Amino acid sequence: MEKRPEEQIKERVQRVEAAVALKVPDRVPLVLSFGLFPAKYGGISCEDAFYDPVRWGAALKKAVSDFAPDMYEGVRMVPGPVLEALDCKQVKWPGHGAPSDHSHQFVEGEYMKADEYSALLDDPTDYALRVYMPRVYGSLEGLRTLRSLRSWLFGYMVAPQAALFTRPEVTGALEALIEAGHRASRWRAGIRTLEKDMAEAGFPQFTVSSTYAPFDIISDTLRGMRGTMLDMYRQPDKLIEACERLLPVLIETGVGIAKHVGNPRVFIPLHRGADGFMSVKQYETFYWPTFKRLLLALCDQGLTPCPFFEGDYTSRLEYLRELPKGKVLCHFDRTDLVKAKEVLGDHLCVMGNVPASLLQLGSPQEVREYCQKLVDRVGKGGGFIMAPGCVIDEARPENVKAMCDFTREYGVYA
Amino acid sequence: MREDLATALADLQEEAAVRIVRERLDGGENPLSILADARRGMETVGRRFASCEYFLPDLVYSGEILKQVSEMVRPRISQGLKTERLGKVVMGTVEGDIHDIGKDIVTFMLDVNGFEVFDIGVDAPPDKFVDKIRETGATVVGMSGLLTLAFDSMKATVDAIAEAGLRDQVRIMIGGPQVDEQVRKYAGADAYGQDAMAGVALARQWTGVQ
Repeated sequence: MEKRPEEQIKERVQRVEAAVALKVPDRVPLVLSFGLFPAKYGGISCEDAFYDPVRWGAALKKAVSDFAPDMYEGVRMVPGPVLEALDCKQVKWPGHGAPSDHSHQFVEGEYMKADEYSALLDDPTDYALRVYMPRVYGSLEGLRTLRSLRSWLFGYMVAPQAALFTRPEVTGALEALIEAGHRASRWRAGIRTLEKDMAEAGFPQFTVSSTYAPFDIISDTLRGMRGTMLDMYRQPDKLIEACERLLPVLIETGVGIAKHVGNPRVFIPLHRGADGFMSVKQYETFYWPTFKRLLLALCDQGLTPCPFFEGDYTSRLEYLRELPKGKVLCHFDRTDLVKAKEVLGDHLCVMGNVPASLLQLGSPQEVREYCQKLVDRVGKGGGFIMAPGCVIDEARPENVKAMCDFTREYGVYA
Repeated sequence: MREDLATALADLQEEAAVRIVRERLDGGENPLSILADARRGMETVGRRFASCEYFLPDLVYSGEILKQVSEMVRPRISQGLKTERLGKVVMGTVEGDIHDIGKDIVTFMLDVNGFEVFDIGVDAPPDKFVDKIRETGATVVGMSGLLTLAFDSMKATVDAIAEAGLRDQVRIMIGGPQVDEQVRKYAGADAYGQDAMAGVALARQWTGVQ
C-alpha cells in the first residue's frame, strides 16, 4: 500500500538526518540539486523559468515526482521581473543578457571600491543604502542623493528632512523598490504553493535558508575577486575586520529564515576559499576563522549547516574536523570523495559528487559505474548522501534516472 | 648595492619595485632594460605559481605591480619591446559564458612563460576564434568555460575551426572546473588541462619547446 505523504516525508527526512548524524540509514539517501534541469526536462525555456512561477513550479514538480529524490533543491531563483524592476547590473539572466535557454550568470566586478572599507565598517546599512545599492541597481541610483538617515536619531527637529524623499530621483527609486517588492511577493506566493504541493506529494525540500562565508560575500558581491586579492596584500587588516563585521549579519540571515520556515538545513555555497583560490596559509588567515565561527553559530542554534564546497577542497579537509561531529553536512563538488571519506568519515557526513560532465555527456551505464564506486567506497558504514557534484542544468534525463534508480536499488544497507 | 627589480617583483615587494623603477628612470637608464628585468621577475612569479609556492592572490598582485611598472616605463619607450616568443596562442571563454578568471590565469601563465597570447575575451562565438586564428596564424587554441553549457560551445567552436579548414593548423586545449576527459572527447579537443600549468605544459609540448 502506498504510504501517506507525511509518512514519506518523515521517512525521507530521517534517512538524510541519519546520514548527517553518521548513522547507517536504511539506504544511501539521495539529494538532487536540480539547478535549471527541470526547465528543459519540462519543456520550458530557462527564461520561462525566470519569469513564470506557475510554469516553473509545474516543471519542478514534474522533475521531483519523476526522479523522487529524498530531498530536492530547485534553483535559488531571483525572479526576472524583480531583477528587471531594479535594473540589476550584477547578474545576467535568461532573456536579459544571457541566452534564453541557459542559466543566469554573475557579473564579476568591483562593486565596492578599495577605499570604502571605512564606510562599510562604520555603518553597513548606510553604506548599502546610499553607495552599494545605487551601484548595483540602475533603478536605485537616486538613493545616492539621500543624506545619512542617522540624523533622524535627533528626533522631531529633523522631520523636515523628509523633503529629501520628494526629489524625483529618490521617488523614482522608492517606486522601483515598491514595484520590485510587489513582484517578489507575487513570485513568493507562487513558490509557496509549489512547496505546499511538493509536501503534499511527500517530498521535503533540502534547504530553504541560505547564507555565505564572510570572505565570500566580500569577494563575490562587494570587492570582487581581484579587489579582495589585492586587499589581502594592501589592507589585510581591513579585510579581516570586514569579515568580522559581516559575520553576525550572515549568522542572523541563516538562522532567521531556517527558524521561520522550520527547516534546519542551511545552504552555504562556497566560492573563493577552494584549492587554487588561495594558499593554505591565506585560507587560515582570511577565510577559515570567520567561516568556522559561522558554522559553529549555526550548530549552536540547533541547525544543520550544509556547506557546498564548489571546486576542489582536498587541501582544506583537515580543517573541517574542527567542526562538531555529526552536525554538518558537507556537499563536495570536485573533491575526491574517497579522500574526503578517509579524512572526515568518522566525523562529518559527506555528500556528492556525480560529475556534471558525466551526467551530461556520459551513458547511463557509466553513471551507474560511478555511483557504484561511491556507494562501495564512500557509502560504507553510513554518513554518505548521493548527489550530483554541482547543479545539473544540462544533464541527460536518462543519466539522472540511472543515478537515482541505481542509488535506490544498490544503495540499500543490508 | 643596487636593489634588484626582478627580485622585488618576484617577492611581491610593491613599494620597492616602484621605487627602483623610479630611481632607474631618473638615472636615465634604458627603459627596455628595466622592462626586461621586470619580465625576469614575472618569470619567477610564474615558476613559484607552478610549484604551488604562490597562489592566485599572489599572481593577481604581481600583475598589479607589473602594471604600475609598465605604466611608468612605457612613456619613455619609442619603439616596442621586442622579445622572442615561443609561439602564438588564441585564448578565449566560449560563447554563452562570461567568466574570465580561469581564462585570465592561463593567459597570464602562458605570457610569463614566453608565449604570445591573443585574448579574445569572454562569450566569444566560434567565428571569433576562427578569425583570430586566421589573422595571427596561431598554432595553439585555448578555450575556457565555467558553466556546463560551455561543453556545447566548445564542441561548436572546434567544429567551426574544422569547417574553416584550420583544424590541422592548430592544437586545441580546453579547461574549466567541470571540464574533464569526457568533455574533451565530446568537444573534439586535443587535450584538457586541469590547471594553468597544464595549459602551459601543453602549449610547450605542442610548439616543440623543451
